[in-house]
Amino acid sequence: MNNTAALPIPALSVRHLTVAYREAPVLWEVGWATPSSGLVAIVGPNGAGKSTLIKACLDLVPRLSGEVRIFGQPLAAVRRRVGYLPQRASVDWDFPATALDVVSMGRYPRAGWLRPLGRFQREAARAALAEVGLADFASRQIGQLSGGQQQRVFLARALALEADLYFMDEPFAGVDAATEKAIVTVLRRLADQGKAVIVVHHDLATAPHYFDHVLLLNLRAIASGPMSSAFTPDNLARAYGGRLSLLDQAVAAAAGAPGAAPRG
Amino acid sequence: MSVVEFMQLDLVPMLAAILACVTCGLLGTLLLLTRNSMMGDAISHAVLPGIAAGFWVTGTRASLPMLAGAMGAAVVAVVLIGLIRRLGRLEPGAAMGVVFSGLFALGLLMLVWSGADRVDLDIDCVLYGILETLIWPAAEGPASLIDPVALAALPEELWLLAGMFAVTLTCLLLFWKELRLAAFDPAFGAVIGFDPRPVRALLMLLIAAACVAAFWAVGSILVIAALIGPPAIARLLTERYAAQFLLAAAVGAAIATVGYLAAALVPAALGAAQGFNAAGMIAVMAGLGFALAAQLSPFRRGVVKQRRAAP
Ligand SMILES: Nc1ncnc2c1ncn2[C@@H]1O[C@H](COP(=O)(O)OP(=O)(O)OP(=O)(O)O)[C@@H](O)[C@H]1O
Ligand SMILES: [Mg+2]
Repeated sequence: MNNTAALPIPALSVRHLTVAYREAPVLWEVGWATPSSGLVAIVGPNGAGKSTLIKACLDLVPRLSGEVRIFGQPLAAVRRRVGYLPQRASVDWDFPATALDVVSMGRYPRAGWLRPLGRFQREAARAALAEVGLADFASRQIGQLSGGQQQRVFLARALALEADLYFMDEPFAGVDAATEKAIVTVLRRLADQGKAVIVVHHDLATAPHYFDHVLLLNLRAIASGPMSSAFTPDNLARAYGGRLSLLDQAVAAAAGAPGAAPRG
Repeated sequence: MSVVEFMQLDLVPMLAAILACVTCGLLGTLLLLTRNSMMGDAISHAVLPGIAAGFWVTGTRASLPMLAGAMGAAVVAVVLIGLIRRLGRLEPGAAMGVVFSGLFALGLLMLVWSGADRVDLDIDCVLYGILETLIWPAAEGPASLIDPVALAALPEELWLLAGMFAVTLTCLLLFWKELRLAAFDPAFGAVIGFDPRPVRALLMLLIAAACVAAFWAVGSILVIAALIGPPAIARLLTERYAAQFLLAAAVGAAIATVGYLAAALVPAALGAAQGFNAAGMIAVMAGLGFALAAQLSPFRRGVVKQRRAAP
């Protein structure tokens, strides 16, 4: 399974990707290749097109042009190896579904269509739920979980897919510091198993500590590469434009080596 | 009332009402859970021209041609609703309203033109159902229940309703995971390569079939009571997916039984010359059941009261 880690094929490569919802493009000629494994951040201001980039890679929004390859193949050929955590799950929170029901959906592809979900798959879903610290909430109806817990249920569902490449759109949004740490531990474990995890991340102070690789995005791919070479004050200034307060924070975080950040 | 009389006059209509309401309760649950209850109302009205066309072609009230016509009309309605929504940029309720009232009116006109209204598919049947016509004159007592000759004389509507129930149950069990995924999170389905459109189309066809079932049992005006009443009552009483279906089926059976008995037997027992309308009583039971469930519901208004025992 994990021999892909040894191959030099990028987990995700994107060429000349242009996407527009209406007339004006929100992604313009984006070209980017990730390493074959490890933790990768996508960083950029609100409206930069981060979520759109992920959705375009997953064929959830149409592309005007460009080519997306996952482990060197088109999406259709590798769907089983891809997992996705949306920025906001747009589901009906009153739906009669428990946390475990939702996570179990991550096992559907393994169980096979038109077959009941076996005990083995249920146990795998339970394990994924435990991994995000929600073992005790398995039979809670999803609307009766807190926002952070709901977020973790959907993270658990993504984990239950047992993918080799994950797209996670702001998994840290609205979770407390302890949960954030727990999620980072999960992500690290995935990386150690040779999987690739692409994460949209907003906290410039923690980004260099959590991630090995980065894409700075704002309509275009501003810069990409290993954290140390791409996450520079210069590149951040270009990605964030005139937004100075954010920029100052970024410069401070990037300039002050690990340890400067209070939450490291 | 004697047993024989009950079997001849009331047993079959009651069974028909139960089968129709259980089938509708199961399918209506899927509509309710996708917040699409109006679609049930729309389809239940839109099938009328198909039923009239079925009658037109065969000239009789044979069930299968009318069922086929209803399915065809339902497909036309769903496609039209989708088209109008997309082309007219209308909200779904408006698109459904336009389509189903138009098709229903067309169906009524077709009934009159075809002369069906003068035979035995009159407007009253359409509005209130034909439960009262489902008599079983061959019944001679409990022994008739295992007598092939008597069973063969059962009204064919009953067999069709039983068949529809069996098909619904089979589809529900076979597509259990898929229907749940399509109802809860189709976007996630798209990510894992599951296309929800086939199961949705299947659901719409089943709803159309169930509408014909309910159309016979309770008439087109009250289909929505059979389709939405039981699931809505069940929804007030549980937050479990499987329990929601079981309860909806049970409630469907209960309102059909109680409603039918109330309509048929109570007036007779009181010595009244004419029974109440069964369809009306079933719908009334759905309403009463809902009011009762709302009082008993532990989940009312989204506020979870203290539950006695956590499951
Ligand atoms: N469904 C849509 N229809 C039209 N425009 C959209 C749609 N979704 C996003 N956009 C626009 O596309 C641009 C990029 O949006 P996107 O959601 O990719 O940004 P983002 O980088 O993820 O931002 P955030 O950090 O706020 O999540 C924004 O200008 C947004 O207004
Ligand atoms: Mg976003």
